[in-house]
Amino acid sequence: MAAKNVTTATFQADVLDSAKPVLVDFWAEWCGPCRMVSPILDEIAGEHADKITIVKVNVDEEPALAQQYGITSIPAMQVFESGEVVKSIIGAKPKPALLADLSAFIN
Amino acid sequence: MHEVIIIGSGPAGYTAGIYCGRAGLNPLLIASSVEAGGELMKTTEVENYPGFPSGLQGPELMDAFRAQAERFGTEVLLDDVIEVDLAGPVKIVKTGGGKTYEAKTVILATGAAYRELGLPREKELSGYGISWCATCDGFFFREKTIAVIGGGDSAMEEATFLTRFASKVYLIHRRDSFKASKIMQERALNNPKIEVIWNTEVSELLGEGKLTGIKTTNLVDGSTRTMDLDGLFIAIGNDPRVWLVENQLTLTAEKFIQVEGRSSKTSLPGVFAAGDVIDPTYRQAITAAGSGCVAALDAEHYLSNLK
Repeated sequence: MAAKNVTTATFQADVLDSAKPVLVDFWAEWCGPCRMVSPILDEIAGEHADKITIVKVNVDEEPALAQQYGITSIPAMQVFESGEVVKSIIGAKPKPALLADLSAFIN
Repeated sequence: MHEVIIIGSGPAGYTAGIYCGRAGLNPLLIASSVEAGGELMKTTEVENYPGFPSGLQGPELMDAFRAQAERFGTEVLLDDVIEVDLAGPVKIVKTGGGKTYEAKTVILATGAAYRELGLPREKELSGYGISWCATCDGFFFREKTIAVIGGGDSAMEEATFLTRFASKVYLIHRRDSFKASKIMQERALNNPKIEVIWNTEVSELLGEGKLTGIKTTNLVDGSTRTMDLDGLFIAIGNDPRVWLVENQLTLTAEKFIQVEGRSSKTSLPGVFAAGDVIDPTYRQAITAAGSGCVAALDAEHYLSNLK
């Protein structure tokens, strides 16, 4: 399941107002580690669709969102709950490590 | 059981894949889940790899390596090796994905990992002003003031690359000269946005939740200085990635995997090593590739003697 792309225009509805926790993957085309972690996030999204939504923000197209959330290193994965950032994960990690980081949201 | 398992997917690993594949050994190459392609995936222009007179991008070169290995039957697995047992005639390799593989031979091409400064809060500030990947993160430092730490080719490349974004790049080095290649040094030294600070080391990281600056110490006169910075890129070298095998194989005093002479033979039969994990000196894509070829030929020879 490929993650949905969100923009400044859709961020409120797709992320901040979501009833479920949302993981926002800040990424860019030119970031090698982002491309590696992307299919792993898609797998996690598919396996835990009932617990967490995973969306993507392309920082090249949405620099304002990246700046607003203080992104200075990608891939950066931020989990939002009730409109607040409750967890930040920086850098590409193997699936078991990501699942461990997300255990509070998916178990 | 596999004839050969290759661990690692930089120039050494993929070249071993090409040679083992052409030898009909159907190698399994365990590439890592998020770092496949190795260090060159984080570089930009590669100008010194023979055969490409106009240069090419690091990721492009590694895609070509992989395609060439796969063409001859190498199976590339995007998973991480978490445990090996190399002592017996059947080598056992376990992955983070929960699989166990067996092989008659193993080629270790695990490369090297970025060296840390070793300062308090370095991990905590990583991703919040401290970066290990200029090509990934340079974009976020438009019109900002940043520093690069290091004196080798990677430090020169990062500093030069980061001037595309930053308004000012300090290049901080412990010694009074760089060990980088002349062409890379000149590019950095001639760049008007780069200011070199010699004989200086970072002694403290400043900022809460986000890096705001550093404290440095001059190693000649002991003087200290506080610098305001938006970002810090660390390129002070690499350490061989040996944690998987350090209790099973003989290492050198510098913690590289020890190999016999110019071969790739480690202290255990059927276990070979190649690339940056055995090389304290040269560490180039081309020397790693050559070393991967040596390991494949050694493994092939070993397997033919088993029959």
